[in-house]
Amino acid sequence: MSLLAIDRLDARYGLLQAVRKVTFAMEPGEIVALVGANGAGKSTLLRAIAGAHPLAGGRIAFDGEDVSQTRAYTRVARGIALVPEGRRLFPEMTVEENLQVAMRVGRRGYWTFETVFQLFPFLRERRRAIASNLSGGERQAAAIGRALMTNPRLVLLDEVSLGLAPVAIEGLYRNMKALQQGGATLLLVEQELTRAMSVATRVMCMLEGRIVLDRPAGDVTRQQVIDAYFGLRRAGGHA
Amino acid sequence: MTAPVAFAVERWTRASIVSSGAGACIVIVLAVGPLMFSDNAVDKLTTLFVYVILAAMWNALAGYAGLVSVGQQAFFGVGAYFAIRLSVAGFPAYPSLIGGAVGAAIVALPLSCFALKLRGGEFSIGMWVIAEAFHLLVNQDPLVQGETGMSMISLNVFSHAERLAYNYWLSLAAMIGLLGAMFALLRSPFGASVQAIRDDEEAAAALGVNVFAAKRTMFILAAFGCALAGVLWLATSVTFQPKTNFGVQWTAYMILMALVGGLGTFEGPIVGALLFFVVQDQFGEYGVAYMAGLGAVAILFALFVPRGVWGEIEARWGLRLLPVGYMLKLFGRAPPD
Amino acid sequence: MNLLNLLVQGVLLGGYYASLACGLSLMFGVMRIINLAHGDLAILAAFLTFVISDYFDVSPFLALIAVLPIMAAVGWVLQRTILERSLRSGMLVPLLSTFGLSIALQNLMFAQFGADTRNLDVGDLSFSSFDLGGGVIIPQLGLLIFGVALALLGGLSMFLKHTSLGRAIRATAQDPDTAELVGINARAVYAIAAAIAVTTVALAGALLAMRANFDPYSGPMQLIFAFEAVVIGGIGSLWGTLAGGIVLGLTQTCGAQIDPRWFLLSGHLVFLAILGARLVLEWSRARGGLGALLGSRR
Repeated sequence: MSLLAIDRLDARYGLLQAVRKVTFAMEPGEIVALVGANGAGKSTLLRAIAGAHPLAGGRIAFDGEDVSQTRAYTRVARGIALVPEGRRLFPEMTVEENLQVAMRVGRRGYWTFETVFQLFPFLRERRRAIASNLSGGERQAAAIGRALMTNPRLVLLDEVSLGLAPVAIEGLYRNMKALQQGGATLLLVEQELTRAMSVATRVMCMLEGRIVLDRPAGDVTRQQVIDAYFGLRRAGGHA
Repeated sequence: MTAPVAFAVERWTRASIVSSGAGACIVIVLAVGPLMFSDNAVDKLTTLFVYVILAAMWNALAGYAGLVSVGQQAFFGVGAYFAIRLSVAGFPAYPSLIGGAVGAAIVALPLSCFALKLRGGEFSIGMWVIAEAFHLLVNQDPLVQGETGMSMISLNVFSHAERLAYNYWLSLAAMIGLLGAMFALLRSPFGASVQAIRDDEEAAAALGVNVFAAKRTMFILAAFGCALAGVLWLATSVTFQPKTNFGVQWTAYMILMALVGGLGTFEGPIVGALLFFVVQDQFGEYGVAYMAGLGAVAILFALFVPRGVWGEIEARWGLRLLPVGYMLKLFGRAPPD
Repeated sequence: MNLLNLLVQGVLLGGYYASLACGLSLMFGVMRIINLAHGDLAILAAFLTFVISDYFDVSPFLALIAVLPIMAAVGWVLQRTILERSLRSGMLVPLLSTFGLSIALQNLMFAQFGADTRNLDVGDLSFSSFDLGGGVIIPQLGLLIFGVALALLGGLSMFLKHTSLGRAIRATAQDPDTAELVGINARAVYAIAAAIAVTTVALAGALLAMRANFDPYSGPMQLIFAFEAVVIGGIGSLWGTLAGGIVLGLTQTCGAQIDPRWFLLSGHLVFLAILGARLVLEWSRARGGLGALLGSRR
């Protein structure tokens, strides 16, 4: 039984179809990179999986259970965590409070204050800082840390390198595999193809709401992904 | 490539032509009212006209400019107060009444600079506080004798029948005038701005609409309209009592009529006023149970039928009786999907 | 009456206003809703306290033990039925629905209780006072109310800052969608916040009934006082609400000293003046600050 099973997922913005009949599954331990142009539907797909966006059709099963109609906070309790686009820290709360809030869902596991601060040591000194005073890199780390505090089985990362200095992105990706220490499976949406492919075990590409490429990272070349990105050729996987 | 689609922008639909014609006939019939109807009917119609004015003015504020005012009674009362003051100063009755309303509109001008900078609930309660302040300030005038109030003696030069007729015609003229002004405003480029603001204020501002000027115009129009209603009420009741004229129940009635009729539509307030008039006439004697019922109706409509009766009709059947919008008529081939 | 006494009266009155306003402040801070029925809920609680204390022949303070949980439930139900739906529908709807609620409540209370003014009998407490000498007299009831207000604001403040639920409420207030994404049930949080807000206003209503008369139509005036206190003190700060309440209380007391008819008016005028001053400040800030405007050389 797959950790995550998506079956013909449809998602809309008003009349605009953002995600069209997307179908795929994820197994525990994978790091899946989801790439695609702006507006391809990647963020919407992640938000739909997390419960932040309603389904217009299809099914989401997590650990065998249908979560298609459950609200986001229940999905967090089951083990799905989204690091949203734009970080979305609680601006008037401290780093510490942002992390504490995520503890409320009560999932125990590897991730605690200690382990999160081990992962992002610079956050420790900033723990009493108000979130809106943090730099971009600090905010991203805090947002990831907050998601980890819910001890998730599946972490959805939406464009975590957006707006960050190259040094910060560097640091982030160095830690990417470390995110799995709690036993999490990762699905990350990323514009930076090279970075994405450097950590991923599997690459999916979306174009106009559909998945046009879905291959193990080792089996596919950068060029093939780029072709799929621009829709120049259907490079195997899903049609 | 597909050929360009021919189109025309029209304002009058068949329905609107028919109903405008019908409306004109109704107005003509109403105009000769005092000569034909019974005293009781004339009196009731006068009340109905005042309700229509109140509903239309509240709709102008909330439905078009997006301003929820819980303090329009400020102008309802202050207009009547100025009218009394003018009449005591020696002016004849009916000019005093009109002068009172104009005076209230003049007060609204500087007030708008202040009030319109407030947002949302701040504006709502801010207007209420202003109404209370006006009420208390007016009470300070020894002429008014506190809450006892006083009569507008200059009205007594007219016989009962004359006063009834003059009030009727003045109300009818005021109603038609204000509705006409709204209609003209809405059909003008200004009207497009206001309807844009109603739909999405930020988007309108981004398009270059002068949001503040548009809101100010609606604010002053609504102030003048409510003040007119207030002096008309004074003319029918002859007595000015601060507690009555500055009471928040006027706002309650306005909200109910505009909300139930249909916010943001032209026909809505008229429908709402008619419904309210009928209900008030039939159930008014039940006192507090009736008022509690009104409150419940407001809640139900706010939550479940926010577009109001006319709004629902308009949405469902695309019916618009008065041509305040635009219609895009396409000829020839439909554009490709 | 000497000046010190005047100040004492004003400050104590401010304490009442602060307890009245903190529920309004909370609801606005968390849900961005101004509950136009806020004052009427206070009066509802006053009537409830009256009924229970009368029926069971107990002191109003004892009656509160029953009244507060009932009003908490009322707040919870209010949120789940009316306010929740209003939240999703833009700005007009909450104002319209709570206004309708206000009208309905006032008239239902009138239908049930009639027009008589009442107050809650607290025995000796109503007229006892501490004589500090030098003509300064501190009414015991007033002091008690002020103390309750301090405890209320302090307790609420600590609750929001230091408890898990308090943090959840703050997070939901700042970003309800993201709160859901970290496992918080935003709807339940709103309901709890509403319950807390209504409980505080219920307490304030009972306090009002102890120190003054009330009738079914007293609600709107309380709403205006609460709103004025919140705005004067600055929206968004609980201790600001205390400051605002005190300023309002002092203004009204001093105004009444000049002329009894000026009690209410002075409060309204100060409120409008402070609102105006704030607008001028914002306007000038947008143009480089008051210094630049006043022509000082930089």
